[in-house]
Amino acid sequence: MIYGVSYLAIAIFVFFVLAVLGLSFYFGSKTKSANSYFAAGGSIHWAVNGIAFAGDYLSAASFLGICGMIAFVGYDGFLYSIGYLAGWIVALFLVAEPMKRLGKYTFTDALDHKFNSKAIQLTAAISTLIVSIFYLIPQMVGAGTLVEPLLGLDHWVGVVIVGAVVIFIVATAGMTSTTYVQFIKGGLLIIFSTVLAIYIFNNGLDLNPDNKNQDYIQPMTLTVDDMQGFDVVSTMDIEDVSLVKMEKEGVYRWFTESGDKFEEAMSVTTTSDGGKLYNGAPKEEGKFYQVGTLVKIIKDGKEVESTGKVGPLEFLSVINSSDVARYEKMVFDDGDNAVTAYVQKIIPGKEMLIPGLKFKIGKGATTLSKLNFISLMLALFLGTASLPHILIRYYTVPSQRDARKSTIVAIAAIGFFYVLTLFMGLGAATSGVLNLEDGNMSAPLLAKAFGVGLFAIISAIAFATILGTVSGLIVASSGAIAHDLIDRYMDKQLTDKAKVRAGKIAAACVGVVAIILGILFKGMNVSFLVGWAFAVAASANLPAILMLLFWKKTTAKGIASSIIVGIVSALGIIVTGPTISKQFFGTEGLHGLDAPAIISFSLALLTLIIVSLATQKDNEKLVAKK
Amino acid sequence: MDHGPAVELGVDHAAKRKTKLGIRMFIIYTIVYGVFVAIGVVDYKSMSSIIFGDLNLAITYGFGLIFLAIIMGLVYNWRCTKIENEMNKEDKA
Repeated sequence: MIYGVSYLAIAIFVFFVLAVLGLSFYFGSKTKSANSYFAAGGSIHWAVNGIAFAGDYLSAASFLGICGMIAFVGYDGFLYSIGYLAGWIVALFLVAEPMKRLGKYTFTDALDHKFNSKAIQLTAAISTLIVSIFYLIPQMVGAGTLVEPLLGLDHWVGVVIVGAVVIFIVATAGMTSTTYVQFIKGGLLIIFSTVLAIYIFNNGLDLNPDNKNQDYIQPMTLTVDDMQGFDVVSTMDIEDVSLVKMEKEGVYRWFTESGDKFEEAMSVTTTSDGGKLYNGAPKEEGKFYQVGTLVKIIKDGKEVESTGKVGPLEFLSVINSSDVARYEKMVFDDGDNAVTAYVQKIIPGKEMLIPGLKFKIGKGATTLSKLNFISLMLALFLGTASLPHILIRYYTVPSQRDARKSTIVAIAAIGFFYVLTLFMGLGAATSGVLNLEDGNMSAPLLAKAFGVGLFAIISAIAFATILGTVSGLIVASSGAIAHDLIDRYMDKQLTDKAKVRAGKIAAACVGVVAIILGILFKGMNVSFLVGWAFAVAASANLPAILMLLFWKKTTAKGIASSIIVGIVSALGIIVTGPTISKQFFGTEGLHGLDAPAIISFSLALLTLIIVSLATQKDNEKLVAKK
Repeated sequence: MDHGPAVELGVDHAAKRKTKLGIRMFIIYTIVYGVFVAIGVVDYKSMSSIIFGDLNLAITYGFGLIFLAIIMGLVYNWRCTKIENEMNKEDKA
C-alpha cells in the first residue's frame, strides 16, 4: 500500500530525535571513565533501571512484531508475549543478583570471574557479538518499516537514519545516555499503548469500522447474477481455493469463487518487465486498501452491526463468539507475471483466540511442527536471561538488592504491556487497518485510524523504541570488543581513556554492520527474527551462566566449549532450516526445524557437563594456585 | 583480576538462602509454564473451552502466567528483603 506523508508525524518524530540527541550531548559531557561509559557508573536508581529494562526489552519485536503477528494469526502471536515475559522469571530468580555480584562491565566478566581464562574471554565476547547482531537485525528492519508511512521515505533510508543516530548516541555517552533514552521511551511506550487500548475499547467492534481518519473500504462481492461489468478472463485452482481473474475497463483483478459468489482478493502482480500492480492498478491509485474486520458480530447472544463501547473482557468475549475475515497469502504464476494474492477466509473468532493458526499444533500437526512449537517456547523462556544487552543493565545499579528490585519493576511494566499487545493486535485485526504486505505496521496503522496525532506519537515512540534497543545492543557489542577482546583477551592493558575510545570505534563499526543487515532482511516479521536471537542466546550463554552459578564442577574449558557448541548448533540449524533457505536460496532447506533451541540448548548443556568432567584437574590447579 | 563489580559491594550473608528461594520459585513457575506448553501440544482444543467468565482457557492461562510472574516477583522480593534484613543486620550495626 502507499502511505501519505503526515507533517505532524514528521514534526513529532524530529522533536523526539533532537531530544534524544540533546540528552546524549548532555550525558556525553559527563562521561569520561570506562566505568561511566560501560556501566553508567553503577549509579542508576532501581526504579529508573527497571523502566529502562522495559525500554531495552520492549523492542521493535514487541511493539511492531507481536502486535502484527496477533493481528494476522491471533493467539499464536500472543504466545511470544507469554514466552518473553516468562523469560524474566529466569532472570529474576536465578541470574539477577549473581550477575550483579560477579561482573563489572560485560557478562563475560561474570562468566570469567574465577577462571581468568582466555578461552572464556574470546568465546563469550564472540557470543555477545553474534547474539547482539541477531537482535539488531529485526530492530533495523523495524526502523525501515516505520519510516515509510512516517516520513514517506524508502525502507533503507529508515535503516540508515536509525544506524546513524544510534552510533551518535552510543559514541557520545555510552550507557548513561542509553539508560535515560530507554527510561523515557519505555515509559512513553507503556503510557501510549494504554491510550491506544482505551481508543479500541471506546470504539468497540463494527462491521464497517469507519474511523475518524480513514474510511473502511469493503472488498467487492460479485454474484453470478450481478457481475458489475466484470468479465471472467481465466480460472485457477490452488490447493482448495478457486481463483478467478476478471477484467473491467482494462484493469485485471483476482476473486475467489464460493458458490454463486465471487469475493475480491487483494493482489500484487509483478509483471515481466519488473513493474508492480496493486489490485491491477499502479500503487498510487490506492486500490490495495487496508482490510481486516469482523463479518458477523454476536453480542450477548444476538447478532448486531456494532457493539458500541466495550470493556476489555467483553471485547475478547465478542470476538470469541463472532466471525473474522482473515487473509491467506498465495503465490503463483499467471503467464509471465508473478502474483501474490491475499485470499479472504472467514473463520470463527474463537480460532483467533487459541493457538494453531501459525504454529501447527492441532489440526494437521506433525511431530516436527509440535517440536518447533516446544522449541520456540523453550527459547523464549530461556533467552531473556542470556541476552547480553539485558545482562549488562545489572551493572548500572548500586547493589544486588537494586538489581532484584529493578527486575521486578521490569516484570510489572513489561507484563502490563504484553497484556495490551493482545488488545492492540486484535484491535488491528478487526478495525480494517491491516496492510497485507507488512504486518509489522499493524499497531501504528491502528493508531492512524483513530487520528493522525495519535499515529504520529505512536510512530515516534516506536522509532524511539528502536533507537533505545539498538543503543543497548551496541553498548553491549562495544563492551565485548573493547573490554573483553582488546583489553582482556589480547591483553593490551588499555588505559581508561583508551578503552572508552576503543568502545566508541567498536560501536560505530557494529552500527554499520547493523545497517547493512537491516537492509538485507527487509520484509521479515521482526518478532520471528527476534525468536532466533533468543534461541542463539539461550543456547550459547544460558548453560554457561546457570552451570557456573549452580554446579561447582564447571570448568573454564567446559564453559568455552559449551558456548561454541551452542552458537554453532543454533546457527547451523537456523541457516539450514526452511526460512533462511527459502529467503536466500529459494530451496526448502535441509530440515523442517525453524526453532533450534530444543536441540542446540541441550547440546550446549551436555557439552559443558562432559568437558567439565573431563577437565576437573584444571579446577584443582585453580584451587591450588589460590 | 580487574573484573569485579563496577561498584564496591558489601558481603551478602543472605546470598545462599536467597539462591535456594529463587530456585524453588523458579521450579514452581517452570512447572506452570510447562503445563501450558504441554496442553498446547497434547490437547490444543481444550484451549478453547470457556473457564473464566467468557474467557477461554488459552487467554485465561496466558494472562495468568503474566500475572503470576508479577505476583511471584513481589513475593520473592518481600522474602529476600526480609532475609537480608535478618542476616545482614550485623554488618549494618
